[in-house]
Amino acid sequence: MGYNASGQDIFSPQEAPNVKPNVIVIHAQDNVAIALEDIPEGGDVVMPGKRVFPAREKIPYSHKVACEDIPAGGVVRKYGEPIGRASALLPKGSWVHIHNLDTEEAGS
Amino acid sequence: MSAPTFHGYVRPDGTVGIRNHVVVIPTVACANGVADSIARALPGVTALVHGHGCGRALEAGMHQAALAGLGKNPNVAGAVVIGLGCETVNAQLVASEIGSTGKPVECLMIQNEGGSRRTTDKGIATAGRMLRDASSMVRTERPVSDIVLGLECGGSDAFSGVTANPALGLVSDWLVDAGGTVVLTESTEMIGTAHILSRRAATPDIGERITRIVDEAEKRTRDILGPLASLVIAPGNMDGGMSSIQEKSLGCICKAGSRRIRGVVDYGQRPAAKGLMIMDGPGYDMESMAGLAAAGCQLMIFTTGRGNPAGFPVVPVLKVCSTSRVYRAMEDDMDVNAGEVLEGRALEDVAGEIRTCAVGIMNGRPAKAEVNGQGGILCLYAFTPAF
Repeated sequence: MGYNASGQDIFSPQEAPNVKPNVIVIHAQDNVAIALEDIPEGGDVVMPGKRVFPAREKIPYSHKVACEDIPAGGVVRKYGEPIGRASALLPKGSWVHIHNLDTEEAGS
Repeated sequence: MSAPTFHGYVRPDGTVGIRNHVVVIPTVACANGVADSIARALPGVTALVHGHGCGRALEAGMHQAALAGLGKNPNVAGAVVIGLGCETVNAQLVASEIGSTGKPVECLMIQNEGGSRRTTDKGIATAGRMLRDASSMVRTERPVSDIVLGLECGGSDAFSGVTANPALGLVSDWLVDAGGTVVLTESTEMIGTAHILSRRAATPDIGERITRIVDEAEKRTRDILGPLASLVIAPGNMDGGMSSIQEKSLGCICKAGSRRIRGVVDYGQRPAAKGLMIMDGPGYDMESMAGLAAAGCQLMIFTTGRGNPAGFPVVPVLKVCSTSRVYRAMEDDMDVNAGEVLEGRALEDVAGEIRTCAVGIMNGRPAKAEVNGQGGILCLYAFTPAF
């Protein structure tokens, strides 16, 4: 895979033939995907449709990974619905959980 | 493509059963023994034994309506109501409400009939007649718009909301689009999503009712659990990568699909309209299924992550599990494995399999919980202590 020194995917979107997706996206409008296995830091996140990018940190089994850059304050979507706002910039490949997700105004 | 159909038993009130049960309904736990003796004497007759019917004031009306609702369920061909005589629930009213459907019903009161033995003998004769009449009924072709489908999830895991529930959501949308009825319940599992559900309400009034029942469910959960409520409500205390109660609840409610919500009914109350409905009710699966059956659901689809084998008397329960691991471990209990989504199978494919399995069960093919005799006893919802 081709990543630059800062871990960014330099061939995005990238084809990964014969590699099974290791995340699932529940709704077409979602900006997070769900890990189907533990993905180590720097490991490939293989989206359905075979788009590949590196995990910026460890993504535990069944946890969320940002599948696009989400700006600070941006709405995080799962099930096509807002589940919270990013408390800081969440670059693609970030683990998304309570440490970087404000869920108080999720209804907005 | 022609509208999907199934073969069912048309009742005098126009509802259509997918099973043809003769039931014995005790109106109080004190009548359970008689109800059970009648059913044991007549294979094919089901006794709906339960632990309620007296000793409670606030639930008496709800329990009376629920017991009548079970007798009115389209899967029931005829009912024998067994009362004691001094209980809070009124057996005569339960029987007359069931009789309003035009189905055969008889009410026997143990204190009037001369005790358990005589009531049992009379009940066997009556239920035996109903059983013979039921055995001559035949199935006819009906549109699936006659189906009221109850949704249930229990023993959830981190993938229930990723595989089984979204697949079931596609099935819910299919049935609503075909003119049928889908009932979503378990108000406690809607906590945090009132604003999303009410946005999907057909009218502002329905939206306000949704908000009210979800708020009450949250308050009740906090009242009952006290400091432990944070284990089920507070963000961060949930395993499996859930970051908020809202995210967890979205995983539950997605089994109802995406259509407009046409109404809200009380526990065990029959929906007056077709389409997607919400029934107020507890998150405890057994009480929740009793409410869905009393509301007239002929079929329930139950998603499970950890592997819940429970069925329900009178109403078939189709089990969908969320991972292949649980499917392999409990294949005899699981009708469909939605876990294949995690191995690359399309969600629409799994939804198609659930649909095919559901239509098979509507046509008389037994669900695995029926094969296993997992009917169990009737658990009615109660929210106050007995006095």
